[in-house]
Amino acid sequence: MANSPTLLKIEDLVLYFKTMRGPVQAVDHIDLDLKNNEAIVILGESGCGKSSLAKAILRLLPRNIDKYSGKVLLNGTDTMQYSDEEFRRKVRWRSISMVPQAAMNSLNPVLKVGDQVTEPFIIHTGASKTEAIAQAKKMFAHVGVPNSFLDRYAFELSGGMRQRSAIAMALVTMPDLIILDEPTSALDVLTQANIFNVLKTLKKDLEISFILITHDIATSSELADRVAVMYAGQIVEVCDATRFFDKPFHPYSIALMDSVPRLRQVKEPDFITGQPPSLINPPTGCRFKDRCHKRFEKCEEEPPAVTIENHIVKCWLYQ
Amino acid sequence: MDHIIDKNEKAEPFLQQDIRERGVLLSIRDLKIWFELRKFGFGHAGYVHAVDGVSFDLHNGESIAVVGESGCGKSTLMKGILGLHRPTEGEIFFRGESIGEMKSKEIKQYRSHIGYIQQDPYGAMAPFMSVQRILTEPLSINGIKDHQQIQDMVHKALEEVKVFPVEDYLNKFPHMLSGGQQQRIVIARSMILNPNFLVADEPVSMLDASVRVEILRLLRSLQESRNLAVIYITHDLSTVSYFSRRIFVMYAGQIVEKALVQDLLNNAGHPYTQALLTGTSDPDGANAHKLKEVPPGEPPNLINPPKGCRFHPRCPKIIRGLCEVEAPPEFEPEPEHSVACWLLR
Repeated sequence: MANSPTLLKIEDLVLYFKTMRGPVQAVDHIDLDLKNNEAIVILGESGCGKSSLAKAILRLLPRNIDKYSGKVLLNGTDTMQYSDEEFRRKVRWRSISMVPQAAMNSLNPVLKVGDQVTEPFIIHTGASKTEAIAQAKKMFAHVGVPNSFLDRYAFELSGGMRQRSAIAMALVTMPDLIILDEPTSALDVLTQANIFNVLKTLKKDLEISFILITHDIATSSELADRVAVMYAGQIVEVCDATRFFDKPFHPYSIALMDSVPRLRQVKEPDFITGQPPSLINPPTGCRFKDRCHKRFEKCEEEPPAVTIENHIVKCWLYQ
Repeated sequence: MDHIIDKNEKAEPFLQQDIRERGVLLSIRDLKIWFELRKFGFGHAGYVHAVDGVSFDLHNGESIAVVGESGCGKSTLMKGILGLHRPTEGEIFFRGESIGEMKSKEIKQYRSHIGYIQQDPYGAMAPFMSVQRILTEPLSINGIKDHQQIQDMVHKALEEVKVFPVEDYLNKFPHMLSGGQQQRIVIARSMILNPNFLVADEPVSMLDASVRVEILRLLRSLQESRNLAVIYITHDLSTVSYFSRRIFVMYAGQIVEKALVQDLLNNAGHPYTQALLTGTSDPDGANAHKLKEVPPGEPPNLINPPKGCRFHPRCPKIIRGLCEVEAPPEFEPEPEHSVACWLLR
């Protein structure tokens, strides 16, 4: 997988929201790339802008946009140049689909699950209803939902089955990339493990790429090839999953990893003192400096993104 | 690994050796809480067997964790303990007195001995009340009228949960606080009547990873300084070793395994417990390359639970002709470790 071509390349992506008190810098100059058949996890606390990043990639924007710029290159083409209609036809569902947060509650209660799962396929490929149902059945087989569930309503399904149906819906148009926003945070341990088994098999069998957005570090390791850590609207570290879970570089990532309770822990987990800064007037220089135990004079200036053997870290310590 | 935070507290396993000599605080005997289903609003249509035959003793100052998936009856069990649901059968004794026979005035008295921490801190507080009023409410309900005394108790409670400076918080409303601060206020409210028994229903599941540990530590220090008996309800096995001595694993309305925390983690007896342990992830880059061996399917419907062992339809180690016929009794492979599974017969 290491040599496969780049599927998605994000350059200098910016998304600010307008508010009464000034712009909220939710996505602040983000660079990220994703190879074919790769899964990247975006880790961060609530309010760090990780869901806004997903929305910026898929251009699912609210009205109060202050600034939206940068490049999102999908297979080499800049999707930011597309008009809204072109973007809808060429990108959304066709190339990138999304499983929204709390997807289990995102199904329409008055439509049958089958009608909802087939709808994107009919709209985006112009297929007939019969073809769409055949396709939906294929996807249901992939995610492990019995075919008879096509005729049921969402409330007749358990949480796990609804989540699987939502994943099937994202799969139905055979996109290259699926963005999963907190796919399992409301589910039970065993259901969670089963869903991740489904995602792993999908990745292997259908060669799909994933962007997994979550704050749950332990379960994120179930899918991740690479990890990107977000803090206060910026990406502070990107590296291979094996290396990240073993030895993260950025002080924030280290503290975050230390805060994870483990099943058979030897050492007491720790917490990060203080709170993340407001995104309306973020501090100049490094945004983590007020909570960082390794702070020194240089941290007053904006830290550069340093690359050490494919390990990108935005911190003065590694300069 | 590089440690940037000073570890001034030593990591010690949570042990409460002498706990059983301190006497029983709460005793539950074959508790059943069933909810009746109605057909067309009147005809009887069966029961939901939410809690179906649970027995255990909780000692003074002991903390236990109840672990299980959603719908396994752990919240109903808790509500039964709080006196919010009347037992269908069986009894709950608090210091030797049966809750089922208490009059409503005695129930009120009994509840003032219990602190209760809800799962969603924001949902647990009235949005139109200031922190001051939220904390005063339990005091005025329980007949404390002296203004100065109320002020002192509110201040003390807030200092105990470490929100400083106290004055800044008194006039704030819940929406002005962060998730961690909200949960601290909920904890302060649960502690304000000096209970000796605390029920915490998933106190950290709605919080961010970094705040989670902070709240767990706070709960643990309260537990230790006040010598509280705690029932900690959770679905997350990785947090239980924090401040629990024993774990009870619940499945479909019944407790399938009771053990000391370390025994359960290292030597789980019930196939369901083993599955839960497998299903819980530790952060590790190698996880992404292997599938987890967890049983498929979902917990059974509690209206018509399966005959015999309730886990048998999903169990990888089923003994045909036994598990689906007869419900397993509790076997005790080692002291203080009981498993309801035929594998240990």
